[in-house]
Amino acid sequence: MTSPDYRLTQLETLEAESIHVIREVAAELERPVLLFSGGKDSIVMLELARKAFAPARIPFPVMHVDTGLNFPEVLEFRDKRVAELGVELVVASVPDAIAAGTVKEEPNGSRNRIQTPVLLDAVEEHGFTALFGGARRDEDKARAKERLFSFRDEFGQWDPKNQRPELWDLYNGRIHLGESIRVFPLSNWTELDIWQYIARERIAIPPLYLAQEREVVERQGMLYAVNQFIRPRDGEPVFRETVRYRTVGDANLTAAVRSQAVTVEEVIAEIAVTRMTERGATRGDDKVSDAAMEDRKKEGYF
Amino acid sequence: MGAPGEGVVDVHSPVAEKVVELATARKDILRIATAGSVDDGKSTLIGRLLYDSKAVFEDQYEAVARASKGDFVDLALLTDGLRAEREQGITIDVAYRYFSTPRRTFILADTPGHVQYTRNMVTGASTADLAIVLVDARKGLLEQSRRHAFLASLLRVPHLVVAVNKMDLVDWSEEVFERISDEFGAFAAKLNVPDLTVVPISALHGDNVVSHSPNTPWYEGPTLLHHLEHVHVASDRNLTDARFPVQYVIRPQSDAFHDYRGYAGTVGSGVLRTGDEVQVLPSGLTTTIAGIDGPRGPVDEAFAPMSVTVRLADDLDVSRGDLICRPDNAPQVTQDLDALVCWMADEPLRPRQRLAVKHTTRSVRAVVKDVTYRLDVNTLHREPEAGELGLNDIGRVRLRTTQPLFVDDYLRNRVTGRFILVDEATNATVGAGMLTPAG
Repeated sequence: MTSPDYRLTQLETLEAESIHVIREVAAELERPVLLFSGGKDSIVMLELARKAFAPARIPFPVMHVDTGLNFPEVLEFRDKRVAELGVELVVASVPDAIAAGTVKEEPNGSRNRIQTPVLLDAVEEHGFTALFGGARRDEDKARAKERLFSFRDEFGQWDPKNQRPELWDLYNGRIHLGESIRVFPLSNWTELDIWQYIARERIAIPPLYLAQEREVVERQGMLYAVNQFIRPRDGEPVFRETVRYRTVGDANLTAAVRSQAVTVEEVIAEIAVTRMTERGATRGDDKVSDAAMEDRKKEGYF
Repeated sequence: MGAPGEGVVDVHSPVAEKVVELATARKDILRIATAGSVDDGKSTLIGRLLYDSKAVFEDQYEAVARASKGDFVDLALLTDGLRAEREQGITIDVAYRYFSTPRRTFILADTPGHVQYTRNMVTGASTADLAIVLVDARKGLLEQSRRHAFLASLLRVPHLVVAVNKMDLVDWSEEVFERISDEFGAFAAKLNVPDLTVVPISALHGDNVVSHSPNTPWYEGPTLLHHLEHVHVASDRNLTDARFPVQYVIRPQSDAFHDYRGYAGTVGSGVLRTGDEVQVLPSGLTTTIAGIDGPRGPVDEAFAPMSVTVRLADDLDVSRGDLICRPDNAPQVTQDLDALVCWMADEPLRPRQRLAVKHTTRSVRAVVKDVTYRLDVNTLHREPEAGELGLNDIGRVRLRTTQPLFVDDYLRNRVTGRFILVDEATNATVGAGMLTPAG
């Protein structure tokens, strides 16, 4: 880490900033929780949290908003990682909320939107005052406007026109009862930074992120691996393709991309030469409108 | 390439290997803030930097091309994120953009230019190494341009670039460029701008942004991107004064680390080394550094902005908000703050007002003793009769805090010289303060 000219590389700079933010939240906010989905961004965030408090344990629980539509490999990874770190896992279950009638299934099969009330209920039930999210500003135009400390009112709503000024690294985490702060320690990381960090630190990731031959169907120009949530329709051709996932969202909606990358280094190489953003390439649910993300965030989504 | 319907990327081809080498090279980060008035073409310039440095992806470009109304692709649309911004054709809040070249990686804070959003400019500029102020060549220096340059200098952004845009609309006139350059130079001389560069550009057509323009044979300076890639920032940092605000105390209380007690924090300035004799404030007690733990285990030394954990040789009572420094080089310990304050609330700042102060990792309360003067940011004239600071005003303020703070002048130390003011009733961040020498 030490260099004779006292300069940090981009990864070291980003790492230092993230650790600073995570420690600041633990010091200033009463009951933080880290949103952990088993996806690569939250894996990196959890690793940064581990480093922030080592050799002590991470002093807050992690929470998974479980849509019930997970890739089994990701759930397995989640449980293993949580056990290794000895942190408490809180599961906020969308299927339970559907069963209890607090949310209703949407006709298009996406549980992206109904995650929000389930998340907000869990926050209220556990009294969480700060929620770490793994979102990056390079993902979306609305995300590009978000602060590292993003204030949310008692309904979890984001008011993009009235954000707190964020000066230097002096974060303001003051809230009233019922309000909360969403904290985004990875704000300044790009997709390539995340992958380079995974490679550099040899961080374990679910196997879905690496290329493997799978049975797939093609829908609207996107490749979907056949799994328990994606069944071939009548007459729909099923074929074998070597694919990997660039993001792991819900298993019924997340598409895979053709790839030969079987190592993290090869994934990095592919990303460096690829000219498609990851959400645009693989998330059916973000294509709805130009302002889709903005609308969901205002309602309390991440 | 890599899109679902297309072929697979061959990552082992010579071209791909070169791309990967460039993309993953060891680089540093340059943080940039941009500012300009409405219609100066700031969004177009940023779109141009993103597009020409290949930070724009195909699907984004296609979406923008579809949404463009004129004959050309409106690159400004790449940067307008919120619905109201697209509807009103303005920028509301700071947006952060990321791009990189083989030499550097850039974090760009795109800040709005309207008067009512000055607080966002301060937000964007607070972390910047370099500020770009856009000027419309047809209009010359406006009040806004002066205000932006002043804010950048107030926040001690070490490098300032004036991009004289829309040169195509003044027939690439050297005379126009020189006039603006001179006018700006005269204004900058009154500010504390250590490094000023002026570049004639056309963001719309790309002249002098990435490549030298054939339209400006009289211009011998660097292109904008070349300057961003090469500007020397290593000496901008304070490596002299060791300042380590304690952020969090780490005590594992586990069998393996029974006696471990570490002080976590981010090095504010200077260098800390194992074996250094150090002093802890406010107690004033001295000890030595027994060890420093970085993200990958023990390190011999730590410098800004590394996040580390410092272990001390003696068992002292140290908690969050304390500061570790060298005994022969300590900050000032004081309850009296003299600062230039940028006020960001609708309700004015007035004497006798009570506020919360956050300085490094220390939070205290303060009372406003005096608003010494308000600054006219256009003339830099001091107005002692003002008596208060309104929204977006900047002025000199004296505060008395409930507990001592460990401070340096902002001019010497950007970390221990800064603070924010918070309204305790609303919890809003209402002011940014930069400490100045008393008197």
